[in-house]
Amino acid sequence: MNSSVIFAEAGASFPVLSLLVILPLVGAAALLLIPSSRSEMLRPVALLFTVAVAAAAGWLVAVFETSGGSEAGFQFVSRHEWISSLGTSWHLGVDGISLFLVALTGLLFPLTIIALDPGSDQKSYYVWLLVLEAGCLGAFLALDLLLFFMFFEIVLVPMYFLIGKWGHSNARYAAVKFFLYTMLGSSIMLVGIVSLVFLHSSATGGAVTFDLVEIATSQSLATTTARWLFLSFALAFAVKVPLFPFHTWLPDAHTEAPTAGSVILAGVLLKLGTYGFLRFGLYLFPEATSYFAPLFLTLGVVGILYGAVVAAMQKDLKRLVAYSSVAHLGFIILGAFALNIQSLEGSVLQMVNHGLSTGALFFLVGFIYERRHTRQIAELGGLQRSVPLLAGVFMVVMLSSIGLPGLNGFVGEFLILLGTFEANRWWAVVATVGVILAAVYLLWAYQRVFHGPTVGENVKIVDLRWREWVAVAPLVALIVFLGVYPRPALDRIEPAVERLVEHVEMNDGTEASP
Amino acid sequence: MMVAAGEIFAQISPSTLVPTPSIDWEALVPYLLLAGGGVLLLMIFSLVGKWLSSSFASYFTFAIGLATLGSSFALWRRIGDEGATSTLSGMVGVDRFSVFITGLIGAVVALVALLSHDYIKRERLWGTELYVLLLLSATGGVIMAGANDLIVLFLGLEVLSIAVYVLAAMHLRRSTSQEAGMKYFVLGAFSSAFFLYGVALIYGAVGSTKLSYIADFLEAGSLEKDGLLLGGFALLLVGMFFKIAAVPFHAWTPDVYQGSPTPVVAYMASAVKAAGFAALLRVFVAAFESYQGDWQPIIYVIALLTMFAGGAMAIVQTDVKRMLAYSSISHAGFILVGVQAATDDGVAAALFYLAAYAAIAVGSFAIVGMVAAGARDSNADNTGESMGESMADSTADSNEATSENHIAIYRGLAKNRPVLSAAFMVLLLAQAGVPFTTGFFAKFAIISAAADARSFWLAVFAMISAVISAFIYLRLLVAMYLPDQQNTSESSLEKPSILEGTVVALTVAFTLAFGIIPGYLYDLTQEALIALVP
Repeated sequence: MNSSVIFAEAGASFPVLSLLVILPLVGAAALLLIPSSRSEMLRPVALLFTVAVAAAAGWLVAVFETSGGSEAGFQFVSRHEWISSLGTSWHLGVDGISLFLVALTGLLFPLTIIALDPGSDQKSYYVWLLVLEAGCLGAFLALDLLLFFMFFEIVLVPMYFLIGKWGHSNARYAAVKFFLYTMLGSSIMLVGIVSLVFLHSSATGGAVTFDLVEIATSQSLATTTARWLFLSFALAFAVKVPLFPFHTWLPDAHTEAPTAGSVILAGVLLKLGTYGFLRFGLYLFPEATSYFAPLFLTLGVVGILYGAVVAAMQKDLKRLVAYSSVAHLGFIILGAFALNIQSLEGSVLQMVNHGLSTGALFFLVGFIYERRHTRQIAELGGLQRSVPLLAGVFMVVMLSSIGLPGLNGFVGEFLILLGTFEANRWWAVVATVGVILAAVYLLWAYQRVFHGPTVGENVKIVDLRWREWVAVAPLVALIVFLGVYPRPALDRIEPAVERLVEHVEMNDGTEASP
Repeated sequence: MMVAAGEIFAQISPSTLVPTPSIDWEALVPYLLLAGGGVLLLMIFSLVGKWLSSSFASYFTFAIGLATLGSSFALWRRIGDEGATSTLSGMVGVDRFSVFITGLIGAVVALVALLSHDYIKRERLWGTELYVLLLLSATGGVIMAGANDLIVLFLGLEVLSIAVYVLAAMHLRRSTSQEAGMKYFVLGAFSSAFFLYGVALIYGAVGSTKLSYIADFLEAGSLEKDGLLLGGFALLLVGMFFKIAAVPFHAWTPDVYQGSPTPVVAYMASAVKAAGFAALLRVFVAAFESYQGDWQPIIYVIALLTMFAGGAMAIVQTDVKRMLAYSSISHAGFILVGVQAATDDGVAAALFYLAAYAAIAVGSFAIVGMVAAGARDSNADNTGESMGESMADSTADSNEATSENHIAIYRGLAKNRPVLSAAFMVLLLAQAGVPFTTGFFAKFAIISAAADARSFWLAVFAMISAVISAFIYLRLLVAMYLPDQQNTSESSLEKPSILEGTVVALTVAFTLAFGIIPGYLYDLTQEALIALVP
């Protein structure tokens, strides 16, 4: 018996997932109790709690069993009565799809606290940040539809305040737009969830239940009904991703958000949408997913090309990164709807990759903004000479974003394109153009910002400080590690993806009509 | 005593014995508490009023409200043991539905009594009448909730309404308050007439005003021509839609809410609305159950209109009281979605929503009152003269700028009053239906009921309207938390009094506690079934 099995057995009894969700909330409560005279305590306490969450998430990755889990592939399942008369329970679990998103969440939050200063009103800043972390982790871990929805929706509130209060000049407009836009999508999903649950219970004759696994495995709905319900879910996730043409809130939110907000938004929040497609769209509605797959493949490809072209036009560096997100998320959607093992594996991995590389890009853009107080590409230039280390890190991260072999982005994009090519080669061919375009706009941006003559205020700015190093070093390390040796990650992702593909193939309606 | 008296009568003349209805005194405790309390308070203050401090009336009313709440818990348990009954020859129903509403109204009376204490002090009003009227109007509300007969229902409606007309006009020195009372009275009397005519038509069609009889009669399907009945439906609905402020019978709401004293508005938005919905549920969902197909479409359309018009009109308001008035209209539309389902789940969802919204409304209006008081103080200090002038000019612009409820007053409130703002934030987010508040579960329950009744599209539209209304709450949050740096309002608020602070704390605690663990309240509403015992 090796040590990891022992750990896993200990983990089965210890509710580590509940701890992950509750720990940030405890931290938020602790922050509220710190008197304003001891405001220097705020940041260490916030850091302490986020690091504890990161440690727990890291431990989770380490002891996660690659050979599958107990209940429908979910591990560390913790389940408690919550509202018994509603048929909903506190049901958390993790599998290969959510594992690395949890880890990514655990990683990015402490990094933002280390690297960035909120400026004004520190206490509420850290409180909102911790509440946001709890919400994100809860959404990734929930295996109960109602619980998932509540976490999915609650993240809007802290993000709204983070954007609106610590953001830039036009932040209030962006915050309200972000809130209402995403709320519109998710509120229609609530109707979908409730309808699904009641139709399920009347079809099976059983009690009302919000349990994801139970509903997904019974597949009790009529085809047309399931398609409608899928669309209600898909709208919420498409807004969150954001999928073209629901992306208009994203550039505003990203541009106006403070750096920490952008990092979390790109790194974690957008993944709620793509994760939702995989966990809820594919799992609950396999037939509807394959029925609508061409539509979403098309939207994904349009997003890739559109995001790339618009990114190339941007004059604002942060907006450029935001539009590059639209393109990258198009790839993830492409992988999710190509519906085979390679593409889905790539899709899951690419979610993590995008979190790492775009998160790091937003960090770096934020660092530049702190030094120069401008994000206009035209006003920057020649930074390579004044901040060589920052430029070097930017280069690595940018290349990962482009998908250079040897860095993490390549692995994910390659798997997605490979899988998509098998499923539908023309979409893969068009999507490949997006990879080339990414190289064009990112390299061009790099050239304009870092090369050329160093003039004006660009001469005197300082290079990365140690706190900023601490923030970007783990990201760069992971970018390289996953690029060179993705096996450990893929080993953990693969069983979950195989199970999902099998589930979709069993229920997609093709074998019903021989 | 009663038995003894009966025996004496029996001995005197057994042949002319008039059968008196049996009276279930225990079931009438809430009615007696509220009505008796109101009359007693009036008497105490007429006789020995000059020796009592004005706080006495407030604490007395608070105690009566709590006692009503307590007695409804006792009744609830009794009904669990013995089942639903009726008393006063079947005129008053004793079921868990009416007991739930009774308890809700009792709790609201207690909270509003605390709010009124500070309001009266601040406004230098002489306010025993306010408490007396509050108790009497609550009596009317409780009668409406338990009415098993359309005539009793009308009695309750009038007792409730007439007291509230006066309450709305309670602030003697303010013309807006007088205007509110007058408007409410004229329109309310009009709608009462509609209601009464509806009762008459239904009596003409069925031959009784007793709900249990009507229900059985309609169930049996022995009505050949139902024109009279449907006419009665329509007129009854007009009367009820007026009370719950459904579009297009809502026009009074913003003016009345804006002009009336703030504690009275809190009472109107919570208890009066609850009583109106109780009547609607009792009469339509329970008694007219077998004619669902005829009245459901009307509710469907009215619910849609109410939700969207309320939300859309709230967006353009600059006066926070008006804004909340329109938002309360949109909430009423949401509850109508639960009524439209016409199922036990729909009734339970409506009750959950009413309880959740009652706490939210009382808390929100309490805060609005506190902020207005602070704004008035600082206005009086800084711009007393200019305010007087603008009042004299009474141009729209200057009135708006100095209005004590203008949204500009809320700018930067979070900086001056972080705790109060946080409480308001919770209440506003609950109104928007954000998870982990009662507001979310209220919307969730309504949507569930609609989905269970297969009204999927109504549920979708309801949620879209919820997003539209969310914009108003965000607007207030923006004003409080994300102000323009240069435009921060300088309003210096005094510390809230203990009583107002307690009310706000209680409502926020209720909103969060049952938002995180709603099981208890949810189960209560599920058990609060309407029973029309003859």
